[in-house]
Amino acid sequence: MDYTSIFTLMRAETVLAAILVLVFLYDLIAGERGRRWFSAVTCGLLVVQAVVCLLPGGEGEAFGGMFQYHPMHGIVKAVLAMGALIVCLQANTWLRREDTRHKQGEFYILTLSTLLGMYFMIGAGNFLLFFIGLELASVPMACLVAFDKYKRHSAEAGAKYILCALFSSGLMLYGISFLYGTTGTLYFGDMAARLDGSPLQVMALVFFFSGLGFKISLVPFHLWTADAYQGAPTAVTSYLSVVSKGAAAFVLLTVLVKVFAPMVREWQTLLWIVTVLSITVANLFAIRQKDLKRFMAFSSISQAGYIMLAVIGGNALGMTSLVFYVLVYMAANLAVFGVLSVVEQHSGGKVGLEDYNGFYKTNPRLAVGMTLALFSLAGIPPFAGFFSKFFVFAAAFKGGFHVLVFIALINTVISLYYYLLIVKAMYITPSDTPIGTFRTDRYTRISLAICLAGVLLLGVVSAVYDGIDLFAFGL
Amino acid sequence: MEYTILILLLPFVSFLVLGLAGMKMRPVVAGAVGTAVLAVVALLSWWTAFEYFSAGRDAAGVFPTVIPWNTVWLPIGGALHIDLGVLLDPISVMMLVVISTVSLMVHIYSLGYMKGERGFQRYYAFLALFTMSMMGLVVATNIFQMYLFWELVGVSSYLLIGFYYTKKEAVAASKKAFIVTRFADLGFLIGILIYGYYAGTFSFTPEAHALVAAGTMIPLALGLMFVGGAGKSAMFPLHIWLPDAMEGPTPVSALIHAATMVVAGVYLVARMFPLFIGYAPEVLHWTAYIGAFTALYAAVVACVQSDIKRVLAFSTISQIGFMIVALGVCTSADPHTGGLGYMASMFHLFTHAMFKALLFLGAGCIIHAVHSNEMSAMGGLRRYMPLTHATFLVACLAIAGIWPLSGFFSKDEILTACFAFSPVMGWTMTAIAGLTAFYMFRLYYGIFWGTENRELHAAHTPHEAPLTMTLPLVFLAAVTCVAGFIPFGEFVSADGAAYAIHIDTGVAAVSLCVAAAAIALATWMYARDRQPVADKLAATFSGLHRAAYRRFYIDEVYQFISHRVIFACISTPIAWFDRHVVDGFMNLLARGANGAAWLIRDMQSGSVQRYCIWFLGGALGLTVLILLIC
Repeated sequence: MDYTSIFTLMRAETVLAAILVLVFLYDLIAGERGRRWFSAVTCGLLVVQAVVCLLPGGEGEAFGGMFQYHPMHGIVKAVLAMGALIVCLQANTWLRREDTRHKQGEFYILTLSTLLGMYFMIGAGNFLLFFIGLELASVPMACLVAFDKYKRHSAEAGAKYILCALFSSGLMLYGISFLYGTTGTLYFGDMAARLDGSPLQVMALVFFFSGLGFKISLVPFHLWTADAYQGAPTAVTSYLSVVSKGAAAFVLLTVLVKVFAPMVREWQTLLWIVTVLSITVANLFAIRQKDLKRFMAFSSISQAGYIMLAVIGGNALGMTSLVFYVLVYMAANLAVFGVLSVVEQHSGGKVGLEDYNGFYKTNPRLAVGMTLALFSLAGIPPFAGFFSKFFVFAAAFKGGFHVLVFIALINTVISLYYYLLIVKAMYITPSDTPIGTFRTDRYTRISLAICLAGVLLLGVVSAVYDGIDLFAFGL
Repeated sequence: MEYTILILLLPFVSFLVLGLAGMKMRPVVAGAVGTAVLAVVALLSWWTAFEYFSAGRDAAGVFPTVIPWNTVWLPIGGALHIDLGVLLDPISVMMLVVISTVSLMVHIYSLGYMKGERGFQRYYAFLALFTMSMMGLVVATNIFQMYLFWELVGVSSYLLIGFYYTKKEAVAASKKAFIVTRFADLGFLIGILIYGYYAGTFSFTPEAHALVAAGTMIPLALGLMFVGGAGKSAMFPLHIWLPDAMEGPTPVSALIHAATMVVAGVYLVARMFPLFIGYAPEVLHWTAYIGAFTALYAAVVACVQSDIKRVLAFSTISQIGFMIVALGVCTSADPHTGGLGYMASMFHLFTHAMFKALLFLGAGCIIHAVHSNEMSAMGGLRRYMPLTHATFLVACLAIAGIWPLSGFFSKDEILTACFAFSPVMGWTMTAIAGLTAFYMFRLYYGIFWGTENRELHAAHTPHEAPLTMTLPLVFLAAVTCVAGFIPFGEFVSADGAAYAIHIDTGVAAVSLCVAAAAIALATWMYARDRQPVADKLAATFSGLHRAAYRRFYIDEVYQFISHRVIFACISTPIAWFDRHVVDGFMNLLARGANGAAWLIRDMQSGSVQRYCIWFLGGALGLTVLILLIC
């Protein structure tokens, strides 16, 4: 047995585990003064993590095919680490509060644990490791959702999340057991050759899909989303909406391509239905929301539908556009959540749409940042969101799903309407009691600067897309 | 020569800095920063020209095309891709020198001219943006990059024409310029797309067999590109925006609407010249006819205008007509047999840029002194502004084509090329050259001699401009005096080989005589204190005079077409359709969406048990559906 692969192929996981231990020790050892630097230390370590993920390395597998590495995995893991980094930056204001200060270490450890789970999910070459990764990502996530445990909303959201997660894991495991029963293996590579598309396997496919659909929050597996997003602390919501979702979407694509290649007709039909449902239903719900966190929940469900457009073709173009979409979506969505979070902290918990009336007058910079991010989410050129939408549409179109692309296009118009509702509230609708003027702290400013740079530059600087494209693979 | 990228980057950085942080700087600092950056850019451009031309010719006897920078910016699929880069060849290097020199002069000049204006920093930011765009246009490695920067140039021109945005005329003029040129650019874009589709590339050097296979599509594409060029270069009937564009600050008129941007159309034709000659010579000749008509039309109109900037604007239109004619009369790519016009056109572009910038900057000094554009406020100014007077005279002599000033040499080459094409064309252009001399000296005498407006000058004595403004005048006048002796054919010619310029004595003698006669006529009519002859002529041919003064009612024709035909007969019905049918449909959609949202709201009940039922039901339902469909 060659253990060097732990430091080559598995270096991202190894380093992350080491970081986890370091943060844990820091939490134990550092005194009251040292804890002031907690955020900076964690963020610094996450930068290291992202760099380690991006180090060049060849494709390969370890532990007899249990674990796999591909350069594309490195990119995705780096993107996720970046997402976690931005979330940690934005969580700082909230974590410094009186009631959470003593447990900020817990937040970082739980976040990093879920990240580690996602890494294993991505690197898995076997359903067993895949499932362990999934659970490692889910269970600490429930703790995060219920982080403000003495608040009713947060505790309720945590309970709902863990119950739904258990249910979906159970169903997924049930599906995997069917697969094992009909093929006699849990290895991705071996299973692909033994699939024949029997009704039992179709059911297994749907059950497996429902487990990831839960994570990505696709209709009809999305019902927990709005409640959990609304109840969870805002930093956790943003983490859920971006990092967790992005990892699951990428894994879905790789597993569909690697394992379920013989059943391509089935899963393309499945995705077709689910995509249309997700985009449309979420849009219909989003129009009527008054609470911005709930609103962002439905927005993220419809965005998940767009991500599925990249998956459905199953081609290399789809993979590039998926990773690019996740990257761009991360920049824009985290910018929105960053503003939401900082406003919530400075205004005593205001998250309603009406609370944002006249926001531009009192906090012009934040309002402009939020506007740019919303424009990107809606896909208005020249912001990055336009290009990422363009590429996923192109990927689906190339796969031959013309009607689907058309439906998605109509839905973009609807989504534009509700994104602009926020812009309208901020700029046009006057208010007698606007949110007061306040100064944001350095961490938030850095995180927003990174996000907005992404929103403005990712689309225009074609090198990013081309760089991702080098490593893409498909059916 | 990788440093050439700095020629683009430096003004861009300057634009960003001045645009973002300019309002926090003192105006003097902002002006100094902008000018200093431009000085570096000008030095770099001159150095580029020196290094490029001193590197010498290659084995084939031509200056090689150098591409120090090129990146694939947007792959479109197949072999087609859009690149961004820097391309150096004789004409782009020549343009770099022209643009940076004139731009530097305008930057220095504006330090005095724009002093104390509101938005001084913004002005310098826009100038930097314009310079960057124009440089990007001329060094484009492919037609699409050219188009991108072409539009950027249009935007910066729009911003600068509308610089005094509180003035109604300026706003209207900037809109007019933008809309007219954008309209023309539509043709350009379609031309580019056709070209890209059939040639399989956006580069200037496509595969010959692709072009041959495309048949008539290449002439069509080139013709459409020329429409774009005609819009920017104010060719009839797309010229209507240029006279109005004089609402911008005068140095801007000198830079953009005289020396650089308006010759972009000429540059475009020169850039595509090998294709025009090879695949669409008849289209090329059509451009010559359009250019000749424009030159004549603008010269006639210029004879009766009273606003000095308008006279100069029409004179610019007329001179660009000369350049287009020179390109259009080419019948081969060999300067010895029918390809002389290419060199003549580029030569005239170069000399014209210098003396026309000089004229505009001089006009700026005059306007600065009397606070009016109208000739009625001037007259007799030679006593108050000796330096401006002397330099203005040099420029007038140059544009009239008097030896040994630069305009003589370039115009002589153009006329020689025209005579080689056909005697009719030759004589027409000679006559227009005579008209040019006439209206320029009408202008000159109207400003510096003629009837002095003593009342106004007593109330406010005109004075010579400050050094920052006169220095550029002197520099440009010096260039105008010596530029004619540059062996231009050594650097630029239709086939790239060295071409020794020789003056055709017959043509030169005729054109000199015509110019001298026209100047004499203008002197006789306008130099004295009273102008009975001119007044009598205007009274006798009052209809013609008024028509020419109103620019032969071309603007009114546009007004009629746009308001009475397009707005009334097309736009109004479309607006109705949009209001009632499209909006109605959208409202229906919105109402439908709202209703649907209301109907499905029970799904999101908040009860976990229900969620799990939906979850399981959904999964089973999907399974059944897939089994049924597949």
